[in-house]
Amino acid sequence: MSAVIEGKRGFRTWLNKRLPVDEFVATQLTGYYAPKNFNVWYFFGSLALLMFVMQIVTGIFVTMHFKPGDATAWDSVQKMVREVPYMWLIQPMHAVGASFFFIVVYLHMARAFLYGSYKAPRELLWVIGMLIYLALMAEAFMGYVLPYGNMSYWGAQVIINIFGTIPGIGPDLVEWIRGDYGIGDATLNRFFSLHVVALPFIIALLVMLHLVALRQVGSNNPDGIEIKEKLGADGKPLDGIPFHPYYTLKDIVGVGIFLTLFAIVVFFVPTFGGLFMEAPNFEPASLVSTPEHIAPVWYFTPYYAILRAIPDQRLGALAMGLSIAAFLFLPWLDRAKNKSIRYRGLMSKLLLAMFFTAFLVLMWLGLKPADPLYVTLARICTALYFAFFILLPFVSKADGNGPVPERVTYNAH
Amino acid sequence: MPTKFVSVAAAFALLLGAGVVSANEGGHAGWQRKADNEVGNLPSLQRGARNFMAYCSGCHSLRFMRYSRLAADLKIPDDQRDEYLVPAGKKFTDYIVSSMPAQDATDWFGKPPPDLSLVARSRGSDWIFNFLTTFYSDPASRQTGVNNLQLPGTAMPHVLSSVQGVQNAVWRNEEHAGPDGQPLTTRVFEKFEGGVVGSMNPAEYDEFVRDTVNFLQYVGDPTQLEREGLGIWVVLFLLLFTGIAYLLKKEYWKDVT
Repeated sequence: MSAVIEGKRGFRTWLNKRLPVDEFVATQLTGYYAPKNFNVWYFFGSLALLMFVMQIVTGIFVTMHFKPGDATAWDSVQKMVREVPYMWLIQPMHAVGASFFFIVVYLHMARAFLYGSYKAPRELLWVIGMLIYLALMAEAFMGYVLPYGNMSYWGAQVIINIFGTIPGIGPDLVEWIRGDYGIGDATLNRFFSLHVVALPFIIALLVMLHLVALRQVGSNNPDGIEIKEKLGADGKPLDGIPFHPYYTLKDIVGVGIFLTLFAIVVFFVPTFGGLFMEAPNFEPASLVSTPEHIAPVWYFTPYYAILRAIPDQRLGALAMGLSIAAFLFLPWLDRAKNKSIRYRGLMSKLLLAMFFTAFLVLMWLGLKPADPLYVTLARICTALYFAFFILLPFVSKADGNGPVPERVTYNAH
Repeated sequence: MPTKFVSVAAAFALLLGAGVVSANEGGHAGWQRKADNEVGNLPSLQRGARNFMAYCSGCHSLRFMRYSRLAADLKIPDDQRDEYLVPAGKKFTDYIVSSMPAQDATDWFGKPPPDLSLVARSRGSDWIFNFLTTFYSDPASRQTGVNNLQLPGTAMPHVLSSVQGVQNAVWRNEEHAGPDGQPLTTRVFEKFEGGVVGSMNPAEYDEFVRDTVNFLQYVGDPTQLEREGLGIWVVLFLLLFTGIAYLLKKEYWKDVT
């Protein structure tokens, strides 16, 4: 569909001869066909993009007033919130935004687990998504250290020391990350640089690749069947609808609901009971006063619980690394013919439910002190967590091959 | 569709709520009380500011709070601000910083008195309320002669003893089995009684502390009232926006069969 008609004059023609604006809209939005049976799980992709943009925009303003460095970071955050107009709103939006970003990303990932969105031909789409998740974890961790509260300091201490368990290079690696023998001025300055320049660039690039890969293979859907296989006389998928206006308008409704929840938290319960902003982080970093119990922010706690569940520190770190790396192999571990959980057997459903439960319980346990009862529970959940990845090839092969419908299930409304 | 929505909403709620309960936990001994302060109560905040200036500001700073901001937020007129709030030798735009030299403070108390700008956010208002109401006479504490239930072994003397008096603590011994089966005796707090009487009765003193805690909660997050006031309008706007967006979506999606 070429929008530029030869000989036609006007600004739009002038522009399109130089920049393919109309062509882009035609191929990427109005001419991009998405399955018509998306349910609420499909809101979280656009919401993740919204959160990325929001973190960039609020981050620009926070960066204007933030002063990296061990002597200035804490004071500059307190002063910007108290004395710069409207930073009392923008800084908490950035801090709470990190938590909401992870809520959205976890639900987005859960969607892929439910409907097999990582399966062929979408393996690379999933792998790129996992790389975004890894970059996001690094970004969030460094952002959490920057205000240099006491939990920033001690949380950083714990997380950076995990790298020290790597045989051979560990101790040198830790020193290289910190830029010093302890966490201090050098650490904060390099974290600032990485948090504000390097990682946002990397994430932006990966998000672009994620979207390009999505356009190449097309969206999966709750039925897990390929709409490209049933084309109409016009060559368009029978079960597809143009992304714009249908899904742009639907996503705006999702954005409205999401922003309402976000605003309720930011304006009325920004600390969210100590979960989004932890109480010890309202004290400046102190080498001599350790918080009562050190726990990372909630979005890291499943892995932290796995780390603590293993009695040996080095093996614990290895298990933690594996628990994250395992996601990357999901497309090849799942050997079912069908993608969606809707058309898999009871065993597959139970296996997935077990994994989700183990993940959420580990998340909760990571916030708790390491009492004997909690450690035992964490060990059980760690075993279940890994059992999912070990059993998946067999269970999916055995009961993921039932009949699937010819066309997607959709009730007009 | 509705069942799907419920399942997603449940997942969302689970993720959100995963640790709120745990974050709010913490050993609640029987003597611990709620502060029950209302940060929207302006006269209470004004009384709290007066209490803080009279009893706390000699040692403790609010180094992120200026006299001018405090006066403006608490609706203290400029003439009263300059006469009662700002100490001699300070400007009204200065931060509220104690004039006690840090080295002297360390010599006298063992460590400098902490800055209280964010104490209500790091400790919570209930904690401060319990700290300020549970000082008791303890001859074993040779430094100050008092001890505290909320922060045992605190370096802070009972600055409010002229107001509260000095109460005595009654303890009882409880026997239980230790980790290795040996009988152990633990001293358990029972109640406060008698002691030296102060200028206020217990109910008046609770109010006095409640106002002070209220003031510290305001100082910890001075924009909270403004934030909540604006928040209502933001949420109402977003609900309206979502409603209109939904109607528009519904109109377009009529075509999809």
